[in-house]
Amino acid sequence: MGFFDRISEGLNRSRDRFKEQLNVLLDRGPDVDEDFWESLEETLILGDIGVQAADEIVENLRDQAKRKALPDAQSVLDMLTDQIADTFFEAEEDLFEKNPQLVMFVGVNGSGKTTTVGKIAAAAHDDGRSVLLGSADTFRAAAIEQLEVWANRADVEIVTRERGSDPASVCYETIERAEQLNSDLVLIDTAGRLHTSDDLMRELQKVVSVVRKRSQMPVATLLVIDATTGQNGLQQAREFNKALDLDGVIVTKLDGTAKGGIALAISHELSLPIYKIGVGEGIEDLQDFDAHDFARALIGDMSHA
Amino acid sequence: MLENLSERLQSIFSGLRSKGRLTEEDIDSAMREIRMALLEADVNFKVVKTFIKNTKERCLTADVMESLTPAQNVVKVVLDELTELLGRTDSKLVMSSRIPNVIMLVGLQGSGKTTAAAKLAYLLKQQKHNPLLVACDVYRPAAADQLQTLGDEMGVRVYRGEGQDPVKIAQEGVRDAIDSLRDVVIIDTAGRLHVDEDMMQEAEAIKAAVKPDQILMVVDAMTGQDVVNVADAFAQRVDFDGVIMSKMDGDARGGGALSIRQVTGKPIKFISTGEKPDSLEEFHPDRMAKRILGMGDMISFIETASKMEADEIQEDEAERMARGTLNMNDFIMMQQQISKMGGISKLLSALPGGDKALKQGNVNEHALDDFVIIINSMTKEEREHPEILNGSRKARIAAGAGVQVFQVNQLLKRFTETRKMMKQMMGATQQAQNQKGKKGKKRKKTRRGIPGMGGMSMSDLKKMQDMLSGLDE
Repeated sequence: MGFFDRISEGLNRSRDRFKEQLNVLLDRGPDVDEDFWESLEETLILGDIGVQAADEIVENLRDQAKRKALPDAQSVLDMLTDQIADTFFEAEEDLFEKNPQLVMFVGVNGSGKTTTVGKIAAAAHDDGRSVLLGSADTFRAAAIEQLEVWANRADVEIVTRERGSDPASVCYETIERAEQLNSDLVLIDTAGRLHTSDDLMRELQKVVSVVRKRSQMPVATLLVIDATTGQNGLQQAREFNKALDLDGVIVTKLDGTAKGGIALAISHELSLPIYKIGVGEGIEDLQDFDAHDFARALIGDMSHA
Repeated sequence: MLENLSERLQSIFSGLRSKGRLTEEDIDSAMREIRMALLEADVNFKVVKTFIKNTKERCLTADVMESLTPAQNVVKVVLDELTELLGRTDSKLVMSSRIPNVIMLVGLQGSGKTTAAAKLAYLLKQQKHNPLLVACDVYRPAAADQLQTLGDEMGVRVYRGEGQDPVKIAQEGVRDAIDSLRDVVIIDTAGRLHVDEDMMQEAEAIKAAVKPDQILMVVDAMTGQDVVNVADAFAQRVDFDGVIMSKMDGDARGGGALSIRQVTGKPIKFISTGEKPDSLEEFHPDRMAKRILGMGDMISFIETASKMEADEIQEDEAERMARGTLNMNDFIMMQQQISKMGGISKLLSALPGGDKALKQGNVNEHALDDFVIIINSMTKEEREHPEILNGSRKARIAAGAGVQVFQVNQLLKRFTETRKMMKQMMGATQQAQNQKGKKGKKRKKTRRGIPGMGGMSMSDLKKMQDMLSGLDE
């Protein structure tokens, strides 16, 4: 339960609001009437799950409630936990546990790539693994310095080149260095870019394909997405996936009131597992994702209230 | 998973258009789609609810304009309502008489504050102000370095200060501005979560210490339903004056703008649309309304085009275009500009219905490239006077460009159509110019004239679209 508690803690605020709203639903009494379904849809939409996904979940629940003759709202909400958890695509194994492994982090500007790389590096280093960072964000002012600070904090080595140099060449050097050092885990930060920018997406495509060709260790490309992102997040994920053939997703900034519901849509539509969730500022606040824990942390307590 | 927005609205409205009269049922079904559209654009659920209720009422009771079909009336009411909610007039940055003016930026982590601060400084510098940037983000590693680098690139002084106390740095920054004779101070603060009490207190403390003339909140255009909570929290704690919407160069519809305006009553002042320092633009509610509804942000696009035109077109070219006597060289230039503006797909997606054409895949992005190759095989004279092209010349050009003669003919057909269209568009422009009655400042007039394209009818757009689609037959 320790793990579940930690997630719960991080998601506390999200859950409180979610709960608040669901409590309002429950206060309506045991009736599963039209109002109930409507409010349920509202709650889901407010969680950024998306209109379509919300509709799907509600329809599904409605159907089952009828077939199984569920007696009251509570039993329906019990089922909701499972429904949400089932909608996520689950990973077969934890990428970050594998040795050796190279992971590239991509995403739009400001989604939290550099910070995520820093946190993962620190955690892996603490586990006694040899970690190497590569700073392929050669575009944003001071991005390299930012990752250097993280490398210092985590006490791991970092490969950099001056700002404006070719990101693919940084990756190339990083891989060479990793081979010399026999690194267990290599993490490469890339420059944030909007998925609508064709040139930058092509550049990234090139970088990723250079890495995939050159690297002898397995390569995973993960999309880092901010939990406050709305419905555009899906479009982002689609474009990045189309260009790079993503392997998974990391959801950051789940520590606000944002519920990160868009992650559900992304994971579901693109069959991408979510590997980590960021639930706070601290290094230990970047946690493994578990669909059931996630769903339970969101609405769990509520259904047993 | 989600169907394209503008496509769906268009299909609904085309359904409505075919009817003479609208029943309450019709309006209901239109409202359902609009609700969906707004929700997918990330407008807050509660805001949508109120909006739909009001709009429906207005649709039922509206003073119906006779010149429009009932369906067009619905569209108009929806657009009007949206525009009004977004704030009626274009908001600008108003400076107070105090020297230095202090502008403070707040926002969530990763919303784009530091970039926005630099862009704002650049804008002010263009307006002959003398800004100073103050780096008060002492938490994110290298945040001050980032601001410093951006400042250096633009030639704007950056005050970084010593130590870890953002309030002190802000105060020193203002003093530094006085000492170095700067008239505007832009304070970049640390990104924070609105639920983080310490950070909110810090923002309050900075505010109390430097008494900013304006506080601008930077909001990521991609933010979802949570934007209401965020804006509300910031409004209560630091009471910001306006909003900068960032990352508007993406394809997020930016429904958050509507939610913020609705919940806090604060206007959107600027939109930030790119990586370059000059990409901070004024906010236009009408365009934003269209964007949220997915109706294409055509006007902004045309402005981009005309800005570029003003930069690049030689006077005689501008005049020739204005007269509608386009030649092949202009055609090449147009092609280059289109690719500069982001290619055909971007141009098309800015046009109503363009998304649909793109999605159906009947747009060949490289069609224009072929045209350029063909034109490059022409002699100088042929380019300037395409009329002289006869059978043997065409055969020579086709051989030179490695294409078939029918492709040369295709080019000529497109060219003639374009020229005809330019003539129509520019005709309207020139009329407007003549009314203003001043000659001499051609360049300026060209620029001002372009929005006359707004007078283009839908059928012209359709033509333009047809022209660009199906190029690859």
